[in-house]
Amino acid sequence: MIADQLPILQVVIPLLAAPLCLLARDGRLAWALSQAAALAALAVSVALLLTVQADGPISYAIGGWAAPYGIEYRIDLLAAYVLLLISFIGAVALPYAARSAAAEVDAPRLPFFYSAWLLCVAGLLGITATGDAFNLFVFLEISSLSTYILVGLGRDRRALTAAYQYLIMGTIGATFILIGVGLLYMMTGTLNMADLAERLPALTGTRTVRAALAFLCVGISLKLALFPLHLWLPNAYAYAPSVVSVLLAATATKVAAYVLLRFVFTVFGAEFVFGAMRFDTVLLPLALVAVFSASATAIFQDNVKRLFAYSSVAQIGYVVLGISLATPLGLTAAILHLFNHALMKGALFMALGCVAYRAGAVNLDAMAGLAKRMPWTFAAIVAGGLSLVGVPLTVGFISKWYLVQAALEDGMWWVAALVLAGSLLAVIYVWRVVEAGYLRAPAADTVVREAPLSLIAPTWILVAANVYFGVNTDLTAGLAGRAAALLMGGVP
Amino acid sequence: MELLGLFNYWIVVFLMMAGFYVVIARGNMVKKVIGLNLFQTSVFILYITLGKVSGGAAPIIREGVEVYSNPLPHVLILTAIVVGVATTALALALVVRIKEAYGTIEEDEIHRQDESL
Amino acid sequence: MTPSALLWLTLLIPLAGALAVVLLGRHPNARESATLAAATALFVAVAAVYRAFDAGAVMTVSIAEPMPGLPLALSVEPLGLLFALVASFLWIVTSIYAIGYMRAHHEENQTRFYAAFAVSLASAMGVAFAANMFTLFIFYEALTLATYPLVTHAGTDEARRGGRVYLGVLMGTSIGLLLLGIVWTWAVAGTLDFRAGGILPAELDPGLVAVLYALYVFGIGKAAVMPFHRWLPAAMVAPTPVSALLHAVAVVKAGVFTILKVTVYLFGTERLAATPGIDWLLYVVAATILLGSLVAMTKDNLKARLAYSTVSQLGYVVLGAVLATKLAIAGAAVHIAMHAFGKITLFFCAGAILVAAHKTEISQMRGLGRAMPITMGAFLVASLSIIGLPPAGGMWSKWMLALGALDAGHMALVGVLMLSTLLNIAYLLPIPVRAFFSPPPAGSEPTGLREAPASCLAAIVITAAGSVALFFFVEPVRRLALSIVNG
Repeated sequence: MIADQLPILQVVIPLLAAPLCLLARDGRLAWALSQAAALAALAVSVALLLTVQADGPISYAIGGWAAPYGIEYRIDLLAAYVLLLISFIGAVALPYAARSAAAEVDAPRLPFFYSAWLLCVAGLLGITATGDAFNLFVFLEISSLSTYILVGLGRDRRALTAAYQYLIMGTIGATFILIGVGLLYMMTGTLNMADLAERLPALTGTRTVRAALAFLCVGISLKLALFPLHLWLPNAYAYAPSVVSVLLAATATKVAAYVLLRFVFTVFGAEFVFGAMRFDTVLLPLALVAVFSASATAIFQDNVKRLFAYSSVAQIGYVVLGISLATPLGLTAAILHLFNHALMKGALFMALGCVAYRAGAVNLDAMAGLAKRMPWTFAAIVAGGLSLVGVPLTVGFISKWYLVQAALEDGMWWVAALVLAGSLLAVIYVWRVVEAGYLRAPAADTVVREAPLSLIAPTWILVAANVYFGVNTDLTAGLAGRAAALLMGGVP
Repeated sequence: MELLGLFNYWIVVFLMMAGFYVVIARGNMVKKVIGLNLFQTSVFILYITLGKVSGGAAPIIREGVEVYSNPLPHVLILTAIVVGVATTALALALVVRIKEAYGTIEEDEIHRQDESL
Repeated sequence: MTPSALLWLTLLIPLAGALAVVLLGRHPNARESATLAAATALFVAVAAVYRAFDAGAVMTVSIAEPMPGLPLALSVEPLGLLFALVASFLWIVTSIYAIGYMRAHHEENQTRFYAAFAVSLASAMGVAFAANMFTLFIFYEALTLATYPLVTHAGTDEARRGGRVYLGVLMGTSIGLLLLGIVWTWAVAGTLDFRAGGILPAELDPGLVAVLYALYVFGIGKAAVMPFHRWLPAAMVAPTPVSALLHAVAVVKAGVFTILKVTVYLFGTERLAATPGIDWLLYVVAATILLGSLVAMTKDNLKARLAYSTVSQLGYVVLGAVLATKLAIAGAAVHIAMHAFGKITLFFCAGAILVAAHKTEISQMRGLGRAMPITMGAFLVASLSIIGLPPAGGMWSKWMLALGALDAGHMALVGVLMLSTLLNIAYLLPIPVRAFFSPPPAGSEPTGLREAPASCLAAIVITAAGSVALFFFVEPVRRLALSIVNG
């Protein structure tokens, strides 16, 4: 019986736990509630993935109202994969949050913090699970609003302006998506994604549908932080509390990429988007510019969180690059990099949070020579950095391999060369951080010691995942390949 | 005439661009929020007006009425309005906190204060 | 013990040694013993692999399969065996040397040093025994990363800068050029296994083959083909034992080894010989040989001179690879061994001179032969090997390379080899000659016998003797090298 309700449970569990956290006045109780809810959500997502792998896509009608009139949750392989990622990060980051959030957020606000966390996770899970376009908008706003709150809870007062800027830009993006959905509804009369997919091919010649595609893509690109709509990201990642940066870097943009895949391949169809509208001519150059300009900007950053935030913009460029190739191998590379990048950035931001916890700041001067006092933390930074560069035996290498292979298969050897050149830029900015930690003399008065176990353990879980999935890619690459094949086939 | 018959869309476009312009061009944070509201309102009008069916009555089942206007967009827009209200509330709360922290809500003034850090 | 388990041991022994070094960090004597034990055990294991291979055993190890069709696997073939034997033997000698040097110099961070050394050797073993290009690339990158802490050991600003050039050039070429070539090969060939005769499909356009080969030759930055040679002089900022083993044996040898392996087992010698587009590569390599020697002549700093000499000598091996005739390839493989023994002796001497006499510039080393006769004597012997004169082993490899060049019909290259020999004489021989026969610089106190620390001397004598031994007992090496192209 529970098995039938799994799709809705995936969203409802964190959603209901959120107000419970508000009722719990104590930060620690709120944390315990969140951890329980997150673990339950993780269990549900694993169960969903196993079911989808065995039996094919799951369709769930909310409230018993059948699609296309009722809201439908539709979980196929790609959705199950992203659900797993989000719930995994949401669960792994919470033990970390226990100490880290307590240090960075005022104690009376902690219940709000955990409540917002659960709402954010619930929203992200809802975006992934739903098969209804407007429902997607609703969950998008749920997750976005809670994200603005989470970012605004940072210590530095610049967190407030970062949250405000993120709010303005994010709302514009969400409103664009709303316009796009509205235009689609206007033309087809339905909001259900599968139904839209059936009705749109007859209407693709109309200007309305083309405008809808444009609005949707711009709105999603804002959420995805695709160059040049990425301006909110560096500040939001840099000034948010450390654990929030972990959550954001590892989930928010990944879900936006999922939304892009869903709309482009499932709703509109690859032939329309890439054949008639030639969107690859827009996406590919933007992706390449994202990779290079963001990596170059990262090199000159002093605040290491901002450095890795710009790095995230560059990595998103890689994901969009894979999408713009519009071949099964390119899509596989993009979907794979979704997962891998989440692991990389999750580990890196967790390690940075360890440094922030002990040293109080995360600029290069504050990190000088700390590697000796915080060996585990800095080893995690090196490992995450090597993964980012794409050194073999890490997930980053597997992503790069698939991307280069996809580009070469398409005959675009210059894109392959550019992808690898972007990695070289990554070497530069990663090495700035490594050098600061290992090769510079520490300030004389540091009393820093290694971060506590509850911070180090989740960090190293993610680092180990980086290496494990870099050697055993059956789960990630295998799933990505099958999901890509299904997407290219057009049917959800 | 075609142009006049599409007057609702003209209003939508006008409001959308006005709102968007205010968001981008104004440095005062409250004004940005107002612009955002205008922008969102234009979308509401888009949805609501597309629900109207020519010759359709209000969507309440009555005897003798054949054609009803579409009630679904109204429902969608209620949701969107609530979302808009929540967003505005959150934005204004942030503006209050920013005023406490910086002493001003003008964007360039805030930039100047941050740059000098 | 199954033969394949021996292959596992060649990877696991140095890694276990690294772990032991880290655990024993607070007990220097125990730590040094761990290094020596690991080095000896590794050589025994590699020798056992050699014996098993000679007896005809087939040894393969499959570690994992990260991507379908791309396993992490090890296997044994003559070229890899040659490299592994040289590297593992010289690890023992270098460890002996390093112990004396690091203690006499009162170096810090010695635990990190010995641990990184062991990991580098494990990577080198992985490179040597890689069964496919994917595995080789993984261990190749691991070697770069494992040697970085060794290069920046001093921790000074200069060391940092040297480390940046080192990492920048090596990672730049490996990610930007080599990885591109590898993925391209995978795309056209469907496999990356090393097979005799090559794996490229016959219908591949010769122009593309030439471009692909160039990607490999320039992408394998550890071979120091100009213009990607800058990392080698930059890495001289490292302590001398590091320079000795890694830049005279493991790192650069991994580079030229990889080029040879790619030439023989990915492209196939016949395929390359039939590709007209790679002639210009021969000119680039010839330029490397000559320019390296010319720059070496201008350097007064001994380590810098030796570094450029290495750049030039590595060009010999690459030349043999690009010539792609049987004798040239065999000669290149033999040169790996000869140059290793010769160069390591020279670097050991440089370090000994630094520790005992505190001198780094050649102009100050006149008359040093009186104070350090054994060191300078070994220097002389090793110089003969590099130059290619009897009774040192370097003569054989130069001979084979020249014959290989004749085989390929490139008379000009024979001329290049001869010219380079003359240049070698010019920049190497004056050093020991002036050490023995010139009076010391004015103003320095007359010193009696003041040789390097005992373990340094022992290492120097072993490797110098090795150079001479390789002259007389070259047959096993030649047999192994020839079986690469014939077997």
